[in-house]
Amino acid sequence: MTAPTYELSSVARDYDGRRVLEVAGLSILEGETLAILGPNGAGKSTLLRLLNFLEPPSAGQIAYRGHPVRIPPPLALRREITTVFQHPVMLHRSVWDNVTYGLRLRRTQPAGVHTQLLRQLDLEKLARAPADRLSGGEAQRVALARALAVQPKVLLLDEPSANLDPYSMGLVEGMIQSLRAERRTTQVVVTHNVFQARRLADRVAMLLRGRIIEVAEADRFFEQPSDPRSAAFLRGELVF
Amino acid sequence: MLSGAWPFEAALLLGSGSGELWPVIALTFEVTGMALVISALLGIPVGALIALARFPGRRWAVALIYTGMGLPPVVVGLAVYLLLSRSGPLGDLGWLFTPAAMVVAQTVIAVPLVVGLTMTSIESLDPQLRLQVRALGADRSQEIRALLAESRQGVVAAMVAGFGSIISEVGAAMLVGGNIQGQTRILSTAIVLETRQGEFGLALALGGILLSLTFLVNALLMRLQNRTPWWPGR
Repeated sequence: MTAPTYELSSVARDYDGRRVLEVAGLSILEGETLAILGPNGAGKSTLLRLLNFLEPPSAGQIAYRGHPVRIPPPLALRREITTVFQHPVMLHRSVWDNVTYGLRLRRTQPAGVHTQLLRQLDLEKLARAPADRLSGGEAQRVALARALAVQPKVLLLDEPSANLDPYSMGLVEGMIQSLRAERRTTQVVVTHNVFQARRLADRVAMLLRGRIIEVAEADRFFEQPSDPRSAAFLRGELVF
Repeated sequence: MLSGAWPFEAALLLGSGSGELWPVIALTFEVTGMALVISALLGIPVGALIALARFPGRRWAVALIYTGMGLPPVVVGLAVYLLLSRSGPLGDLGWLFTPAAMVVAQTVIAVPLVVGLTMTSIESLDPQLRLQVRALGADRSQEIRALLAESRQGVVAAMVAGFGSIISEVGAAMLVGGNIQGQTRILSTAIVLETRQGEFGLALALGGILLSLTFLVNALLMRLQNRTPWWPGR
């Protein structure tokens, strides 16, 4: 049986006294790709920040590889996990410097694998370009390369292909799929794109108004969602 | 007599090998440079800390810094004078009417400017940047250095403002330095002296030299704004 990478128990997150997330229980298995589906404002990005231990839960407990984690976690643990944000911020330097930034933080030298990463994401020609002048699609690919350069055990992706053209979306999704196949990286993909979730996920968790209303294997979720609100969301209806 | 040919007079002064002018220029650089370095070493980390930390009384601290940014140099001079005077709490140091006292006064003037402008430049960064850097594995000090590197234009502007406030400052330098020839005379106090003696041409020439030096230093600082920082973990 695969050991869970994360186990969330009664996790809640409040902002200014308002509860934006309340997860009674959720396990994320090692090596799986879990899609978090849900409409805008459902609490998806908040959940990712908690999983990256960038902020503490207001209540409850998150266990990572079987051990409850207190915030701030040890640096070594935090360095096993990284996030590609929906609107990645580029450092004001070259694409190459951005891609290798996480390595420099770890005092590690870039290797051939990082050049290969640029090639796979079609960023080779942009390596010396200033990263703050890239298009949205290019910046998103640089952000993914920057995250993959540190070879994380857990990769959290927040709307990884929002506003991407089909070419960039194909490159990004291809990388996500090869990570699962080749490195068995645990991945959590937040998206409101049903089709993308279907292409990428092993399992799907449906998040609505801060609560997980359904978790299921991807095939079953898309064929026979057990919650009528999930079914409505999949039909493209407005759900609350 | 007011001379319209002050640039020539300045050039003559510099070229004449006058035994008086070069020590004044050197001391101006020494005092202002030292005060700027100390202000940067104190002000940049404190500015970063206040920008990033949330603590009780933070708003008061910010209000205090903004007030400090408008400190009248002559009031600073008076306070430092009282501190360093023989009967003052730091009188035993024997710094009054020495370049050390001028460095102290100029540091007090420049620090709030460096702190305040560093703070605002970090606060104006994209709030996502901090999360981004942390998510990529930065520890606390790497995070602060990354934010400083990203706001380097503002940080350098803070140093330019700090430098500008002290290179031409005269009230504090006069009070705590005494404008003693060969010991504590700097360009700004020399200008005051020459003006009082009616040597307007000489005063203008000294002013021209002061402005030229200020321009040079600012040009050097501006080069830093566009350079990739050298420090590790950026």
